[in-house]
Amino acid sequence: MGECIWREMGLATEEYGRIVGILGREPNLVELGMFAVMWSEHCSYKNSRAVLGLLPTTGSRVIQGPGENAGVVDIGDGLAVVFKIESHNHPSAVEPYQGAATGVGGIIRDIFTMGARPVALLDALRFGPLSDARSRHLFTQVVAGIAGYGNSIGIPTVGGEVATHESFKESPLVNVMCVGVAPASCIKKAAARGAGNPVMVVGARTGRDGMHGATFASAELSPEAMARRSAVQVGDPFMEKLLLEACLEVYGLGDDVVIGIQDMGAAGLTCSSCEMASRGEVGMDIDVAKVPRREEGMNPYEVMLSESQERMLVAVKAGSEPEVERVFRKWGLEATVVGHVTDDGVLRIRDGDAVVAEVPAKALTDMAPCYMREACEPGYFRREKERDLSGVPEPEDYSDALMRVLASPRIASKEWVYSQYDHQVGTNTVVLPGRGTSVVRVPGTNKGLALTCDANSLYCYLDPWAGAAHAVAEAARNLAAAGAEPVGITDCLNFGSPEKPEVFWQFKQAVEGMAEACRVLDIPVTGGNVSFYNESSKEGAAAVAVYPTPVVGMVGLIEDLSQVTTPGFKREGDVVAVLGHTRDEIGASEYLATVHGIDGGPVPGVDLRAERCVIEITLAIIRAGLLSSCHDLSEGGLGAALSEACVLGGIGARVRFPGMMRADRYLFSESGGRMLVSFHPSVTSEVQGMARRHGVPVTVLGEVGGARLVIDVNDDASGRGEAHPGCGMVDVPVSELTRVYRGAIRWALEQ
Amino acid sequence: MKVGVVVFPGSNCDADCYRAVESFGVDVRYIWYQDHSLGECDLVVLPGGFSYGDYLRAGAIARFAPIMDEVAVFARAGGLVLGICNGFQVLLECGLLPGAMLPNAVLRFRCESVHLRVESTLSPFTCLCRPGQVLAMPIAHGWGNYYADDATLDELERRGQVVFRYVNEQGVPTSGSNPNGSCRSIAGITNERGNVLGMMPHPERACEAVLGGIDGRWVFASAFEFLSGGVALGRMHLAGDGARH
Repeated sequence: MGECIWREMGLATEEYGRIVGILGREPNLVELGMFAVMWSEHCSYKNSRAVLGLLPTTGSRVIQGPGENAGVVDIGDGLAVVFKIESHNHPSAVEPYQGAATGVGGIIRDIFTMGARPVALLDALRFGPLSDARSRHLFTQVVAGIAGYGNSIGIPTVGGEVATHESFKESPLVNVMCVGVAPASCIKKAAARGAGNPVMVVGARTGRDGMHGATFASAELSPEAMARRSAVQVGDPFMEKLLLEACLEVYGLGDDVVIGIQDMGAAGLTCSSCEMASRGEVGMDIDVAKVPRREEGMNPYEVMLSESQERMLVAVKAGSEPEVERVFRKWGLEATVVGHVTDDGVLRIRDGDAVVAEVPAKALTDMAPCYMREACEPGYFRREKERDLSGVPEPEDYSDALMRVLASPRIASKEWVYSQYDHQVGTNTVVLPGRGTSVVRVPGTNKGLALTCDANSLYCYLDPWAGAAHAVAEAARNLAAAGAEPVGITDCLNFGSPEKPEVFWQFKQAVEGMAEACRVLDIPVTGGNVSFYNESSKEGAAAVAVYPTPVVGMVGLIEDLSQVTTPGFKREGDVVAVLGHTRDEIGASEYLATVHGIDGGPVPGVDLRAERCVIEITLAIIRAGLLSSCHDLSEGGLGAALSEACVLGGIGARVRFPGMMRADRYLFSESGGRMLVSFHPSVTSEVQGMARRHGVPVTVLGEVGGARLVIDVNDDASGRGEAHPGCGMVDVPVSELTRVYRGAIRWALEQ
Repeated sequence: MKVGVVVFPGSNCDADCYRAVESFGVDVRYIWYQDHSLGECDLVVLPGGFSYGDYLRAGAIARFAPIMDEVAVFARAGGLVLGICNGFQVLLECGLLPGAMLPNAVLRFRCESVHLRVESTLSPFTCLCRPGQVLAMPIAHGWGNYYADDATLDELERRGQVVFRYVNEQGVPTSGSNPNGSCRSIAGITNERGNVLGMMPHPERACEAVLGGIDGRWVFASAFEFLSGGVALGRMHLAGDGARH
């Protein structure tokens, strides 16, 4: 076989040698195609597996950790939450609508294959600056694609995040998270068992779409790759809605009917068959001639590698085929026996009578290569860490500076985005997007799930360890602010090419930072996704990697929905206070970027013990019923949080800074481990007492009331002196804050 | 009193409607789209969603589902039919209600809370409301821009068939309060006889305080009050059996 063939498929020459070694012969074309997709980074995690082992994956609530289609965590009362995040970056760069739509479809299948009914979607999106026309196009189309799929299938999209930066201009990031709920005793696994049990393909027919999608996603985006639209699948949410209902109905036929089930996403029938066989320590015999096709003349290679959407591979108990077929037929779908489980550990593919591929299942999965790539600290790292920001001038006009921070896409209301998503279908959405951390009721109970996804790409670029640790801490604070106890993480690690030592260093550092934060905060990682090669090359220029972006998807449990807390101020006269320490930390801040044009400096310090204390005290005072509002502090610092609390509450506030540092530093510092809270004056000493016992400082800033946000500065300590006469440093009507906060993204897109 | 919620392939608010009805303690069950009988039924709900994926046009394929023949017979006999969102679109497509839906004027799907003004309390679905009462309810649709020609609209207004109009919080219809560009800010209409209501907003999503509002309960409560005979039939404009079709 000529070298150009395996190289074209994305395999290195030494990897081809490894295949020949395993088989003891040269592979045929079908086998080579199967190895190529299964050994792609997308399926094998060959460049990340060794590092991912650092993440803590166990805990008292964990029912299923990494290695299955999704993670599963016990939430009491016999119920479990099933959740997973996944990227669809490469397809979205080439065909944004379908790329994003099929990303949604894929992650939903991962949830209902586990036996759960999906109850919520979230999406974390990153694009180039909105001043760029193509970035606006990608943004608009990605949102439309998510809406088109999620709205139709009827799963509410309840939250997410949006950020923009130059590094995502050619390589947007589209990460979608799905959350489902199932009886803890009814979790399904993707393992085939029991020689002789039939294996069925259910759902949509197989076509030629998405050929080699997994391989496509495992290389950088070049001009040639951008022409590979055939590697992008096309989604049919209607088909998936039928598939979802049919699968849930089949699970209801009895615990033992479905032995194992896996969706056919990346690498289609190849991946689902070899992974199910491998996990179950069995073999599988599949006849591709029996796979229902949507086009004629497909050869075995195409059937094995097609990534047609909305399909599942199911191993069922022998004899139950008629029942299973009946349910799928009721929903207008096909369920076809295409093979059976064997006991020899071999994945054998036939085309009628002819055997067209014969490979040990584990050769495609566990025996995939595993690389520990070379890591090298990039030159900028020390420079930024030690960057002196003391020369950054104080803004002339604080109100103006605050408005500019508020208008940045990172901070501004995402209303333009979430209003296109049906976020209420299912009638379980308790806190709607835009009103705080999203909360979804656990169907049929008085419990809630608080859901968030977080990352700060700039932090992670400047200091991947600290950035990833901050992402975990911020997600946990988000949940705690809503009154939820964090119970599990799913992570989506978006990086450039792991073959570049600087990128691999970023990856390693980020995973180490995330692992440490998970350990200290005691939150297990139950699964996730790695997306490398988020780079694009323009002709004649070197490929540019995206800013490293480890997105943390986190699920929190609220035992009693009456304890749900939101960030908006509620009541005239309430005390406004900050829990935690504010330090002089404006490095890497939104303020520095938007007001001073500096994308750099040292990332805020990480103090995970302090984070833990703040999360504990926040949950304690919420459960004691003491808080009117709670807002975690992150990007944009106190300035952004105060503004949001006013906008969301429709009421003003008057606060005075304690004067421990220059006012812009205090207003926009992004120190972690802090919460902005408000409470009735009568409980002030109680809040202070509880916080003191947890070792968390409480700084009273002022009170809620009026129709303006007024921030006074303590003149003595500000160092403003005579040069800035006039107090009332920030003085803006809430109506104006609202106009800018709600309008900024729409204005940027409609320019 | 018995309520049936029709399930088309692609319906996705069927369970929400079921639970909303159930919360009134009323007997409710699903009706499969391929059935040829509604069974014993006093109110039929056509729920929201994307029946048949909304392929071709919202509601265009669902009108051919076997159960729709039964719904038409039931409606002509005076049975109560409530079409919500996609259900409204199906009622327009099958001609049980006049007019048609266009894509939203903003050309985007919109999911948000809107205010509705009750324009007629003669309908079985608003008989407990005050005239002019303002109700808050969510919408979630891409094709909710109600259209009919002026003659039809005048006729609808004259006969009191316009039941809900999009308004602002103060109860005034403005261009800003019309979320989809509907003619005359129309959010819900009945047939001439009043027994068939189509509305784009989702009353079933506004039936629990924990979800942010209970104004949707007025719609269901009115229908149940009407069915239990609590509202004098004289108030209804039951114009004989010749309901327009």
